[in-house]
Amino acid sequence: MGDLVWILISAMLVNNFTLALFLGLCPFMGVSARVATALRMGGANIFVLVITSMTAWVLNTFVLASAPYLRLISFIVVIASLVQIVEITIKKISPTLFRELGIFLPLITTNCAILGLAIFQTNRGYGFLEGLFFAVGAGLGLTLALVLMASIREQTELATVPALARGMGLVLIIAGSLSLAFMGFAGLFST
Amino acid sequence: MRATTPGYDFARGIWRENPVLVQLLGLCPALAVTNTVANSLAMGLATFFVLVGSSLLVSTLKNLIPHEVRISAYILIIATFVTVADLVLAAVVPDIHKALGAFIALIVVNCMILGRQEAFASKRPVGRALLDAVGTGTGFIIALLMMGGIREVLGYGTFLGWPLFGASYEPWIIMILPPGGFFTLGFILLAFSWRESRRQEKPSVRDWPHGVGAATRRSA
Repeated sequence: MGDLVWILISAMLVNNFTLALFLGLCPFMGVSARVATALRMGGANIFVLVITSMTAWVLNTFVLASAPYLRLISFIVVIASLVQIVEITIKKISPTLFRELGIFLPLITTNCAILGLAIFQTNRGYGFLEGLFFAVGAGLGLTLALVLMASIREQTELATVPALARGMGLVLIIAGSLSLAFMGFAGLFST
Repeated sequence: MRATTPGYDFARGIWRENPVLVQLLGLCPALAVTNTVANSLAMGLATFFVLVGSSLLVSTLKNLIPHEVRISAYILIIATFVTVADLVLAAVVPDIHKALGAFIALIVVNCMILGRQEAFASKRPVGRALLDAVGTGTGFIIALLMMGGIREVLGYGTFLGWPLFGASYEPWIIMILPPGGFFTLGFILLAFSWRESRRQEKPSVRDWPHGVGAATRRSA
C-alpha cells in the first residue's frame, strides 16, 4: 500500500507531468485563463487518464506481448477512439461544457500526458493497481498545475503588467517559476 | 479558402508562422529535450521526417479518408512514421535515442503535426502539402536549435560538447533543468514581443498576421 501512495505522490508532485516532464502543455497554455474551466479540463483529463491506464494494461497484458512494435499504434488508436466517445458523451450531457472546452477536447487525444502515461506505465512495468494510482496521481498533478496557473493568470489580469509582457511570454515565465517551486518536492523522497 | 502562392506555403512555417515560437505548438518536445544542441537536432530531424512523411501520405489519401474518422486516420499514419523514426534512431544513434527516451514516441501527439494535417495537407494537392511540411518542419528545427543553443551554452558552458568559456565558467544549472526550458522560451517570446512593439512605431512595416504581436495588441 505504501508503494502505491508513493507512486501517486510522485506522479502528482515530484515528477509533475506538466511542470517537470512538460506533458500536457497544450491545455496548460490554452485552457488556463479561468479557474472554473481549468477545473473542468482537469476533471476530463483525470477521467481519460484512468481509462487510458486500464486500457494500456489490458493491451500490454493480453495483446501486445507477442508484437511490441505495434504498441504505439494500438495505444494511440484505442485512446483516440475512447476520447471520441467521451467527446460525444459530453456534447450530449453538457453542451455548455462542450462549448467552453472547444477545440481542446478533441486535442486531449493529442495531449502528450495521455500517451505519455501509457508509455511510462509500460516502461516501468506497472501492474493494474499501480497503473491506476499512477493515472490518478498524474491527473491530480495536471489539475493542480492547471488550477494554480489559472489562479495566477486571473490575478495578472488585475495587475499592471507592462504591455510588452502581456501574452504567452508572461505565462511561460510564470510556468517556469511554478516549475522551480515544484522542484522543491524532490526533497520528499530523500527524507 | 484564401489562395496562397507555393513560395508562401513554404516560407510561412519557417519564421512568420513558426510552429513553436509564434503558434506555440509542439511545446512538449521543444521544452523537454532541448537541454543540449545534439538532442534538439535529433528531435528536430525526427519530427521533420514524421511531418513530411505524414503530410505526403495524408494529402495523397485525402479523398479516401472518411470525414468522421479523419483524426484517427491521421494519427494512425503519424504513429506509423514515428515507429519508423523510433527504430531508426535506436539503430543509428543509440545514445541520443536513450537520452530522448519516451519523447520520441511522443512525437505522435505533437499538436503541430496533427494541426498541419487537419489544416493543410487534407485539403491541398500533394506538392503544396510537401512544401508546407518542409517549411513547417524547418521552422521547428530552427526553434529547437535556438532553444538548445541557449540552454546548452548557458547550462553547460559548451556548444555541441565543445567548451566555450574555459574552466572558470560557472554553469547555470537551472537552464538544463525543467524551469530553464520555460524561462528560455518565455524570454524568447518577450524578445519577439519587444521587437514587434518597436516595429509598430514604424507604420510602414507590414504587421504580422498572427502570433505574439497580434495577441499583445488585442490585450493591450
